[in-house]
Amino acid sequence: MTGRLSPSSAFAALNHAAADRILILDGAMGTQIQALGLGEDDYTGHGSGHVCRHHSDHPQTGNNDLLILTQPEAVEEIHYRYAIAGADIVETNTFSATTIAQADYGMQQAVHDLNVEGARVVRRALDRATAKDGKPRFVAGAIGPTNRTASMSPDVNDPGFRAVTFDDLRKAYLQQANGLIAGGADILLIETIFDTLNAKAAIFACIEAMEAHGQRLPMMISGTITDASGRTLSGQTPTAFWHSVRHANPWTIGLNCALGAAAMRPHLAELSGVAETLICAYPNAGLPNAFGQYDEGPDDTAVQVAEFAREGLVNVVGGCCGTTPDHIRAIAEAVKGFAPRKVPAYA
Amino acid sequence: MPDRLLRLSGLEPFVLTPDIPFVNVGERTNVTGSARFRKLIKERDYATALEVARDQVENGAQIIDINMDEGLIDSRAAMVEFLNLLAAEPDIARVPVMIDSSKWEVIEAGLQCVQGKPVVNSISMKEGEDQFRHHARLCLAYGAAVVVMAFDEQGQADTAARKIQICERAYRILVDEVGFPPEDIIFDPNIFAVATGIEEHNNYGVDFIEATRWIRQNLPHAHVSGGVSNLSFSFRGNEPVREAMHAVFLYHAIQAGMDMGIVNAGQLAVYDQIDPALREACEDVVLNRRPDGTERLLEIAERFRGDGQGAKREKDLSWREWPLNKRLEHALVNGITEFIEADTEEARQAAERPLHVIEGPLMAGMNVVGDLFGAGKMFLPQVVKSARVMKQAVAVLLPYMEEEKRLTGGTERETAGKILMATVKGDVHDIGKNIVGVVLACNNFEVIDLGVMVPAQKILQVARDEKVDIIGLSGLITPSLDEMAHVASEMEREGFNIPLLIGGATTSKIHTAVKIAPRYTKGAAVYVTDASRAVGVASSLLSPAQAAGYVEGIRSDYAEVADRHERSEAAKSRLPLASARANALKIDWSGFVPTAPSFTGTRVIEDWDLAQIAHYIDWTPFFQTWELKGVYPRILEDEQQGEAARQLFAEAQEMLARIIDGRWFKPRAVVGFWPANSAGDDIRLFTGADRGETLATLHTLRQQVSKRHGRPNVALSDFVAPAGIADHVGGFVVTAGPEEAEISARYERANDDYGAIMVKALADRFAEAMAEMLHERVRRDFWGYAASEAFTPEQLIAEPYAGIRPAPGYPAQPDHTEKLTLFRLLDAEAATGVTLTESMAMWPGSSVSGFYIGHPDSYYFGVAKIEEDQARDYAARKGWSLDEAERWLAPVLNYTRRKIAENAA
Repeated sequence: MTGRLSPSSAFAALNHAAADRILILDGAMGTQIQALGLGEDDYTGHGSGHVCRHHSDHPQTGNNDLLILTQPEAVEEIHYRYAIAGADIVETNTFSATTIAQADYGMQQAVHDLNVEGARVVRRALDRATAKDGKPRFVAGAIGPTNRTASMSPDVNDPGFRAVTFDDLRKAYLQQANGLIAGGADILLIETIFDTLNAKAAIFACIEAMEAHGQRLPMMISGTITDASGRTLSGQTPTAFWHSVRHANPWTIGLNCALGAAAMRPHLAELSGVAETLICAYPNAGLPNAFGQYDEGPDDTAVQVAEFAREGLVNVVGGCCGTTPDHIRAIAEAVKGFAPRKVPAYA
Repeated sequence: MPDRLLRLSGLEPFVLTPDIPFVNVGERTNVTGSARFRKLIKERDYATALEVARDQVENGAQIIDINMDEGLIDSRAAMVEFLNLLAAEPDIARVPVMIDSSKWEVIEAGLQCVQGKPVVNSISMKEGEDQFRHHARLCLAYGAAVVVMAFDEQGQADTAARKIQICERAYRILVDEVGFPPEDIIFDPNIFAVATGIEEHNNYGVDFIEATRWIRQNLPHAHVSGGVSNLSFSFRGNEPVREAMHAVFLYHAIQAGMDMGIVNAGQLAVYDQIDPALREACEDVVLNRRPDGTERLLEIAERFRGDGQGAKREKDLSWREWPLNKRLEHALVNGITEFIEADTEEARQAAERPLHVIEGPLMAGMNVVGDLFGAGKMFLPQVVKSARVMKQAVAVLLPYMEEEKRLTGGTERETAGKILMATVKGDVHDIGKNIVGVVLACNNFEVIDLGVMVPAQKILQVARDEKVDIIGLSGLITPSLDEMAHVASEMEREGFNIPLLIGGATTSKIHTAVKIAPRYTKGAAVYVTDASRAVGVASSLLSPAQAAGYVEGIRSDYAEVADRHERSEAAKSRLPLASARANALKIDWSGFVPTAPSFTGTRVIEDWDLAQIAHYIDWTPFFQTWELKGVYPRILEDEQQGEAARQLFAEAQEMLARIIDGRWFKPRAVVGFWPANSAGDDIRLFTGADRGETLATLHTLRQQVSKRHGRPNVALSDFVAPAGIADHVGGFVVTAGPEEAEISARYERANDDYGAIMVKALADRFAEAMAEMLHERVRRDFWGYAASEAFTPEQLIAEPYAGIRPAPGYPAQPDHTEKLTLFRLLDAEAATGVTLTESMAMWPGSSVSGFYIGHPDSYYFGVAKIEEDQARDYAARKGWSLDEAERWLAPVLNYTRRKIAENAA
């Protein structure tokens, strides 16, 4: 399997960097895009930007991934701001760049381009930042959960029904992973996992893509504990989740989204106690208020994330919904003085 | 530092740690192993098939094997459908699955349905190395552990050398070439039938055991599994011999390192309990120790062929020939009282001091019982019977010990610790507490049982005087929860620091963590799920080496539970009372003409026939009382608990017959009906048909949880017609009578805890059966709104009928004080002799009460948590202060009370 493949050059560089310090992942894309105040013509590129060569009858407002093709300068600028704020690893804007998730926008045919260009635009932003300060940086190809679940039925009266199968997901993820690797992604990041079976299909596809590519890329896997029950949406405890994805031999395992840092802490501590690999955490800026906005300022979030570092729970930290370049700067500053978590080795 | 351990998962993790000697894989969801499951799958009865899986998990299966390989079944489709349905059942899906098929396409389809980490059973080199590598890589990519059969291009390995050679080759391919984690490899080196009469087969048991030993020593981190029933194939039909062979085989194979297997746990003898002659003969065969082993086993096999099973075995008196200590152990393990007094006396005469008999052979026997119980090889009713034997033995010795003490001053006996047990003030229920007491006593704890309705001050006084090591509190009704919190506060105030154990039907880990532990910071408050856990908890708490770490673990667990509870309660959205009322259930009364009951006012029912009541008994809760979990009558056939359940049931029937013949109980009941109308969340009862004068008001509570899908926020008053429609409401109290207490005490005096608990458990069943029977009579006759109803007693258990009989203090009306109104309306104390304690428990405990509501749309529901606005409103309606309301409604308040009354006390 992937164990037989030789690791990519980024793999060694990342391990080297992670041995010395806590690495920084970037923050939210959505809030930054919202702040641009784009309209339908901006999304399709008919107003400002580049006209998309893929056509769809659906309105595209809200299809943030499409901006990679229609507003690449704006997307690059956001990536650049995160890089300069201190991020070592910056995620592609490809959370929904699968045929399954793009079906809502009728944009399935754009998926390959979105992933290739999505990786390239991050690379460009990072190269600019590196030219400025000389620090190496890494592109993480973001692989989202899609909007369907493989182990739960959407119909309460028909619990055996599935709206998507493992094989549907595997094929969609394979196309995405191939595109990300072709565009130059250094890392494959499977994130916001609320159904572990979806993630297992993504892992299967990443393994296939890496075998086709002939190199082993570092994988980051990040689950989402959805509420106070302390379980994923599909019902797994953090440890059960780890057991389910451990075969991917991931570079990091961790949690993101749904919870603010304080609420995430016990679940992160559980993972940190059982996982014999690096730990990554990128919480939301607290919980959304009644208007769907996140109230925590950069320092509020940074103090809590620094607590993870103080307790020796983490190797990579960043931000999810509601975080901004200022949050990432504050987080990077706050964890600077702490040593990274030691990965337990086999007895 | 993590070890390379087999880590699997369903919704929850499973780790094969070194302290798990053997994982028994559940095999009843296997169409090749279970005729019943095969039939269910063939008939596509997936609902019942899921029940089979659920039973296995409830009975402790750590992994369940799922196999759909049958010629007439579309195995692939059945595997997918069953796994998808199973994923929707959190109580089953919590354990990992073993996807079992001889067809790769079925296995792969299964792998695509499970989010956890499963085991594939199996892959092998039978189609060559390339295919094996291919399957192994896929298993790894899907994230599964694998069972690897010792099978190659030439066939299944039979000799140890072949097994070893194939397993080693497979291991090297998996670990070195495929990169498979070695801890995820489970070898199945093939268990074949021995004693078949074919000489080449004689060494098969040894071959497996030797291969197992070699694998565990030479292939690091790998595991060994096997299907055990093959071994005894040639003794089909002779279950006792098969059981003995399996037990002997496992005994040796587990020692050699076999750590997983598919074994029918219900068909397994205990190695130490096998008749020595049979055991030796089995060992000769399994270990191939002599050439004539098979003939010798065949010769004696007939002697052991069971037919009547239990009854026949009990009459086997050959154990009477054994040495004295073995006889005492046998009597204790098997719960036989017949010879215990004579044997104990014999032991006393042989011993230097009477105490030595207790500390020697008797405790040794009880240790065997404790170990078997701890290992899940004995069940609660059997342990209680062992305790009866022990008590009777001790009773023989007691006079001599007292005499000795009088003469010499004597020495106390060494015990594991002194535990005070009590049912708290206001509560009369004690079956569970008595069972825990018996189990603790069996494990050499000294138990001081203060009985029922024990005030806090008495508990603390005795604890101090007797220098007890642990206090255990029990209770069944919800006000007891507050009383337990009160005892905890008092312990804190008086400077106690000994552990406090909490148990009983309404207690919970959450309640202990949220309401009790925070009030007792000087010591540890620990929730105990059931009697089977009591010994482990008490031992850990009193162990100098473990106590600190154990308490620390519990503290952090409870802090976490309390924290989680607070967050989840805060997250639940509850409605203001006004909005909940606006979303009340709105029954369309326009087309409904309520039936008038045949009488109004009250009537005492005296014509009870105990034999007839017995037909209405729902036995499932009876088994639950004895911690046998399962549904009657299926539990009698349960593979693991079946034998214990059958024995218990037979003895219950025996006592039932004596209760009926001897008219031990004098059941009484009173029933009444009154004109009634709803008035908001209250129900108003009237003195006469003109509905002019109010007789009483029943207060009800309304659900305040935010509802979805148009479901109403219901209160009991919604089921009663508003003014203008001539509706009625009824009420009842039934009791099996106060006789049970005296009869039970008689058993206790005779050192027969088993009988004492049995009679109480049956009295409870009688009261419940009376309530069921009376409700039927009300529907068909007294009220008569369902005159033509005809259900059998078995059908009634599922409550298929129209109308409900909600009881105050239960989920539909959590306020116990409504019993005061009910009792006043019925003049119940005079009519039945049942009284209410200060916590509103009914005495005698085997009593049931409630209201009758007749509307066909009425149903049982839970009020769940309420907000302060409703507590205030309810207090005003009841004429209470808010403080009084909050005290009685404490278990259902969704907010923290500002002032805790007892802090002022």
